[in-house]
Amino acid sequence: MTAPPVVAASAAPPVDRERGRRRARRRNLGSALLFLSPWLVGFAVFTAWPLIYSVYLSLTDYDVINDPNFVGADNYVELFSDPKVALALGNTLFFTIVQVPLYVLVSLLLALLLNRAGRSAGVFRTVFFLPKMTPPVAVGILFLLLFNGQNGLFNTVLGWFGIDGPSWTTDAAWVKPGLIIMSLWTVGASVIILLAALQAVPDELYDSAKLDGAGFWRQSFSITVPMISPALFFIVVVNTIAGLQTFDEAYTAFFGAGNTTYSNDAALFYVIYLFQQAFEFLHMGYASAMAWVLFALIMVVTAIQILVSRRVVYYEGDDRT
Amino acid sequence: MRATRWTAAGVIALLAVGATGCAVGTGGGAGDDEANYDSDAELSGSLSVMGFSGVDEVATSRVDYAKEQLGDVEVKLAEGDLDLQQFLSAVASGKPPDIVYASRDQIGSLAARGAVVALDRCIDGEGIPTDDFVPSALDQVTLDGTMYGVPEFNTVQLTMANADLLSAAGMTIEDVNGSDWDAVSAANQALTVSDGGNLQVIGYDSKLPEFLPLWAKSNGADVVSEDGKTAQLDDPKVVEALEWAASVYEDQGGFSAVKAYRDSADFFGEGNQFATGVLGAMPMEQWYVNVLNDVSSDAPMAFDTVHDRNGDTIAYSTGSAWAIPSGSANPEAACRFAHAMTSVDAWQAAADARIEARKAEDKPFTGILTANAKADQMIRELTTSGGEPWDTAVSKMYEANDSTFSMPANPADAEFKTAMFDAVNAVLDGKASAADALADAQQEAQSALDDAWSKLEDGD
Repeated sequence: MTAPPVVAASAAPPVDRERGRRRARRRNLGSALLFLSPWLVGFAVFTAWPLIYSVYLSLTDYDVINDPNFVGADNYVELFSDPKVALALGNTLFFTIVQVPLYVLVSLLLALLLNRAGRSAGVFRTVFFLPKMTPPVAVGILFLLLFNGQNGLFNTVLGWFGIDGPSWTTDAAWVKPGLIIMSLWTVGASVIILLAALQAVPDELYDSAKLDGAGFWRQSFSITVPMISPALFFIVVVNTIAGLQTFDEAYTAFFGAGNTTYSNDAALFYVIYLFQQAFEFLHMGYASAMAWVLFALIMVVTAIQILVSRRVVYYEGDDRT
Repeated sequence: MRATRWTAAGVIALLAVGATGCAVGTGGGAGDDEANYDSDAELSGSLSVMGFSGVDEVATSRVDYAKEQLGDVEVKLAEGDLDLQQFLSAVASGKPPDIVYASRDQIGSLAARGAVVALDRCIDGEGIPTDDFVPSALDQVTLDGTMYGVPEFNTVQLTMANADLLSAAGMTIEDVNGSDWDAVSAANQALTVSDGGNLQVIGYDSKLPEFLPLWAKSNGADVVSEDGKTAQLDDPKVVEALEWAASVYEDQGGFSAVKAYRDSADFFGEGNQFATGVLGAMPMEQWYVNVLNDVSSDAPMAFDTVHDRNGDTIAYSTGSAWAIPSGSANPEAACRFAHAMTSVDAWQAAADARIEARKAEDKPFTGILTANAKADQMIRELTTSGGEPWDTAVSKMYEANDSTFSMPANPADAEFKTAMFDAVNAVLDGKASAADALADAQQEAQSALDDAWSKLEDGD
């Protein structure tokens, strides 16, 4: 049996030490809040308060000028029976469901190419990323020029291969496919993320696979894709959210100044209709309700993606049995 | 740890409450009850103007004239067109501009929401001669019998055609001026050129969807009632007008092809559709005469007014107006500014400046179309000959201006137009018949009108 440790006579009793720690914690908290206060003020004024106020507005009839008039759940009820909401939601879901896989696939292909490009990868990486710097409004205008069914560059190129291109900008059946193709313009950012992930895959894995006789496809599906699956998952989630919030390019091309009378139902995405309700018809309450429904939709879709990701995304160090 | 969380939450809540206090304050700006409008009064202070760029000689000369009338008032012009969101936010926050320059079709909606003030007292006090103004322009700024804007420019349509193409097809401008829809359809078919399904020449462009009100009126119907309260989009005559105007595109392979070709044209340049012979005819706003004269004065043009089915000249009038926002800090100066900018003397100054500019370029003065009939008469006498066909264009422009109609002011203009254009687009896309599309639009538009009028009448 060993003797208990001797407590120094000068040491403070446990209660005092606890008080001291609390004081220190309070001082630390005060300092932290002081340093965080610029962000906290910004968050409260520009994020928290608009969020809270938007919930309230969604329950009102509000036209910006006059005081909000409380209408309860009327906006939500009306929203679910508004055929244009259904149309806009349908357009948005179609765009997202087709665009996201295509976007990820093209990003991955370009990243794989860049990964094998050696020294010239840096140049191509810059070239692929540069379009991302183009303002979306300019991309919308560019879309009208490049995809003009009569003399646009895209159809001209298709013509070289004997393909008679459609009227991408004026034929309702081709408007969304055109916008989806145009959205690939900004694929560069995803390419860079995937390239970084590809470059982090240990060479030893490929060497071992080669020794075991695995070919290119086997290596790709058994090593490359699992190893970069967190990056792929990130790109899928971010682009799904962006797809559900599609606005800029389509608005500029089909609803913006100078083109307002040629609105095309095929390009009426959810956020465009929300914008029209808010800033053209001044139905701020209805638009707020629309925004919260979109928020809920994004939450549900993202939650499903996270659930699915638990089965398909591999994180190094995961203990999977 | 719990204390830390509660403290942080408390700070955020306090900040949010603080922000709430800052954000509240809506309810519209104050009226102009304390304003004392008097044309003899000496004015002072400043005048902030929103929505008026003032970039060319017609604008700057009138602004200079208006500044003289305002005496010591400092005039501040904000560059750019009116941003509705920015304007309404300014009104809601109680710091609106002193005067605003808006499209006339926005005035009804702005008035209904209390964003702009009634101008009765301003008109009386400043002595604005409303009898001098074009009646259709006044209709567009008059909501429920009260004027909310002082009309400025006026826009009307002319029939513009390529004389060479018409001549080659054995036709004249009368065949495409709209008086006989069958003749226009026949001309369209004769003038249209396609090569293997690709459009080479647009025969006739009926300019849908924006000119549906023109074709409806041409057929004897209005898309909205005179008091702005009843949508009439399902009127059989409106349906017939849409069917015909859309058939013009169907005869050319569909609207999609025509629009794609139309979009690809160098509309404002030397390679415009008339100069390059790829457009037979279309109704178009009169300002395009100046563009054509500027960039392709040798183009083989022919001009006429647009005619209704009875053969009478008809034009769908649109344009701009000055309005005083609720809560304007200097409504007296705003009223005098609106008066000055739309006065005959201001238009005289504008005409003089434009004549000088055109002389320097060795080009004719083709006139300026205003919403002030007296000013129009004065300016017309100052126009200079540019030879044919430009002299005819000027003459037809004034003829059209004498036969205008407009859509009356209503408190749901944006919703009404969206419903109307959506219906036209549905027909052009082949998704619905004209009757079905306009029946749906009628319901949508009427619902928006009913809602807006009831709020206005309830004083919400």
